[in-house]
Amino acid sequence: MAIRHNYWIVLVTFLAALMLTVMPLPDWIVAWRPTWVAMVVIYWSLALPQRVGIGTAWVLGILLDVLQGSLLGQHAIGLAIVAYVTLKLHLQIRQHPLYQQSLFVGLLVAIYLCLVVWVNGIIGRSPHSWSFLTPVMTSMLLWPWLFVILRDIRRRARIA
Amino acid sequence: MTVDRKMDYLETVRGHLSSVVYPIQYLVNLPVKVGDWMSESLDTRENLLKENEKLKAQNLLLKTHTQKYQSLALENQRLRGLIESPIRQRERVLVADLMAVDQENSTNKFILNKGSEEGVYIGQPIVDSSGIMGQVVHVGPSSSTGMMVTDNEHAIPVEVVRSGVRAIATGEGISREMRLDYVPPESDVKEGDLLVSSGLGGHFTEGYPVGKVSEVELHPGDNFMTIKIQPVANLAKAREVLLVWPGTSDINIETDPGTVATR
Repeated sequence: MAIRHNYWIVLVTFLAALMLTVMPLPDWIVAWRPTWVAMVVIYWSLALPQRVGIGTAWVLGILLDVLQGSLLGQHAIGLAIVAYVTLKLHLQIRQHPLYQQSLFVGLLVAIYLCLVVWVNGIIGRSPHSWSFLTPVMTSMLLWPWLFVILRDIRRRARIA
Repeated sequence: MTVDRKMDYLETVRGHLSSVVYPIQYLVNLPVKVGDWMSESLDTRENLLKENEKLKAQNLLLKTHTQKYQSLALENQRLRGLIESPIRQRERVLVADLMAVDQENSTNKFILNKGSEEGVYIGQPIVDSSGIMGQVVHVGPSSSTGMMVTDNEHAIPVEVVRSGVRAIATGEGISREMRLDYVPPESDVKEGDLLVSSGLGGHFTEGYPVGKVSEVELHPGDNFMTIKIQPVANLAKAREVLLVWPGTSDINIETDPGTVATR
């Protein structure tokens, strides 16, 4: 079967992730917002390691920085590292069942959040509690769901 | 990252990039906008009439206040002329909408739908109907980021209305409060005192309310008092804010109809 060039769909998913990240949420749930961009970056670097990689992740991170008003480069370096680790291990991770992938995603998201918070700490916006890690939980819980959705999108669009 | 933190070069880059992400912000804001529009256009006639009446009454009240204000302003100018101190200038203001877009460390920053195309600049004071809300920290072509007075990177020179004591109010970050720094124990600051901007530092115009003192404590052994302040601006609920151009004297009417007034 001929591979069609439907890569714009990847862009759409990135856009959706960015939108979800800045979408206003009620106060009690804000701390639980999953790290959508990191999760989508992980998915596409697992599925299309030859197309989506550190560069894409970095650009997305810069956009996220501008969107969220953080230091330029803060999310960029976090996402680049997430993409790097995923690319290194993608052959292994792909074989794992979904719940094991969830653990891997949780670990990566935790590293990513720690990097962001670490930079914040250096410039004096240190966190007040460990609650900055709560997105790890939601990201892990939502990973199987996101994985299935993105896989279906990918199959329907025949992106390989 | 270091460059962004320490220098200004990247501010222009950020400005250009913010026009790239503006569509995203616009899209996220859209449902809220549509919701507002729906609830406005589906409102009953009675409700609208009632609201209209209320606004009319309020307008009348405000008008009488302005009459008084004008005569007072003239008197103030005359008196200032007598003692040869500089006359306070008028300022230009522009109404901006808050966009429903979340920011990192969420509650202390917000996005406005006006940018450098309207002349917004970094460090510009933002006020709402009851007091100073914060200032502009990043500017893009058609949007800008504001920082609230309660952000832990924000500080504003203030003055106690009752006693004239001057101090600096710093944001507390997470608790939506501010504190007064370096106030010696013998200063005259009490609970319930109103703080207004003092205009020192040249950033903010003087005389806008900033906050109310909610707690004064003196721990024995401390060099300074511990003073907590509750901001008077409606930080949590504000949807529309005013951008102020201090000291622009003779501009009275702006091109954007209906949204601009002078003070």
